Amino acid sequence: MKRIVTIKTRDMKESVKHGGCGECQTSCQSACKTSCGVANQKCEKCGKKD
Amino acid sequence: MCGKGFVMIHQYKLGGYNIVLDTFSGSVHIVDEVAYDIIEMYENSSDSEIIEAITAKYPEVTEQDVLDTIKDIHELKNQGKLFSEDEYADKAFDFKNRHTEIKALCLHVAHTCNLNCEYCFAGQGKYHGEQAVMSFETGKRALDFLVENSGSRVNLEVDFFGGEPLMNFDVVKQLVAYARSIEKDKGKNFRFTLTTNGVLLDDEVTEFANKECHNVVLSLDGRKEVHDRLRKTINGKGSYDTIVPKFREFVKKRGDKGYYVRGTYTHNNTDFYNDIMHMADLGFTELSMEPVVCSPSDPYALTDEDFPVLCEQYEKLAVEMLRREKEGKPITFYHYMIDLEGGPCIYKRISGCGSGTEYLAVTPWGELFPCHQFVNDPKYSMGDIWKGITNTALRDEFKMCNAYARKECAECWAKLYCSGGCAANAYHATGSISGVYDYGCRLFKKRIECAIMIKTAEAIEDMGDADK
Repeated sequence: MKRIVTIKTRDMKESVKHGGCGECQTSCQSACKTSCGVANQKCEKCGKKD
Repeated sequence: MCGKGFVMIHQYKLGGYNIVLDTFSGSVHIVDEVAYDIIEMYENSSDSEIIEAITAKYPEVTEQDVLDTIKDIHELKNQGKLFSEDEYADKAFDFKNRHTEIKALCLHVAHTCNLNCEYCFAGQGKYHGEQAVMSFETGKRALDFLVENSGSRVNLEVDFFGGEPLMNFDVVKQLVAYARSIEKDKGKNFRFTLTTNGVLLDDEVTEFANKECHNVVLSLDGRKEVHDRLRKTINGKGSYDTIVPKFREFVKKRGDKGYYVRGTYTHNNTDFYNDIMHMADLGFTELSMEPVVCSPSDPYALTDEDFPVLCEQYEKLAVEMLRREKEGKPITFYHYMIDLEGGPCIYKRISGCGSGTEYLAVTPWGELFPCHQFVNDPKYSMGDIWKGITNTALRDEFKMCNAYARKECAECWAKLYCSGGCAANAYHATGSISGVYDYGCRLFKKRIECAIMIKTAEAIEDMGDADK
């Protein structure tokens, strides 16, 4: 595409099918402890499947 | 407004990039000025209206060029990467009936502290109650309680917190030894975090933490004058000179294991960029800096006038981080860590931080609270580690704290990055865990914009490298 570059991202809608194992870190652990966010949590399963 | 048929796009310009986020697919696009304007008009204008507006604004752009770009946008829409619909709203409401396992405990091993920091939300470590330390028996029971209530979850997190947890270091060591003795049989993997002010950090603690702790959080506010202004010893002296050499020694021996040097910024240091750079200059590379949470009447509370200054600081930090990365001397900033490819699934993004459901705080006497921020607030007592959660109504209330719980979040593009935000901040700002801490939300959005800009710049750099 001439004017649009799409960055590779995890397909959120696909993750509906395979996500939800709950093994990931609790969002507000330690380095945050006041401003909760989930965006910087890693998926424990990523690399295996979506 | 939410549910099927609802789409949400967030467009912004930062660091020389035009960025378009598609909220519900999580897609990120970098576009030129022309495409940026076309995407802005796409939903509410006809092709001919778009052509007219774009060719008037950009005389060098042809009608065919505009049509080609509209076609590209159609294609991305068909691929579900732009103007994708909200398919999650109904799933968010299923959380009411979900079964939740507990996977993390914040163990308050010491409600006492060897510092007297002015802004301490925990009232100098005592949480507005009596001084106390956790006994081994209570801590052991807390670990058993966690294992018993963790279902099939393998990874269990335990944060040694306070007050200052190293004031009860013997119990910390005993608890880790106990956890290690049971984890194999129970099919669990304990991950320990230690959050410390550093005063008692010595060779023994370092050796222990490097062997046993998945993460260590070291509290430092940045420049000496900033740190010493609020982080004082019991005698009222600054603690910077005591702790910084210990932190440097500790990090030197830490190897590649996780740590954060974590600070709090206040109205006194709205130029917190300089504090982060100071941390970096001391040789620390894993950094976190948080806005203070306090009453608006406190002299160090952040003000509306501070807000644009803070945004500027976040932008400056993002640009500097990219510069350092190019130089081969990268630093990590906790709030800019965002993994666009391997980040959390949609369930995690909707379901909130887990406080009061998957994550609980345990007091030195074994009482349970939804998280460390609620400790000793009688309205938020949930039960104890012997009887379990007895206040199930409260747990259900926390279950419903998610990205779709608040009307204010309905049209917020960032809701799948923050998952509805911090219940404690909402409570302290509005009196309700389902309220919204607007100031925190605005800062959060700024940070996410910066984080995505960094990822965008890195991706462009990678694409350039691949082309070479």
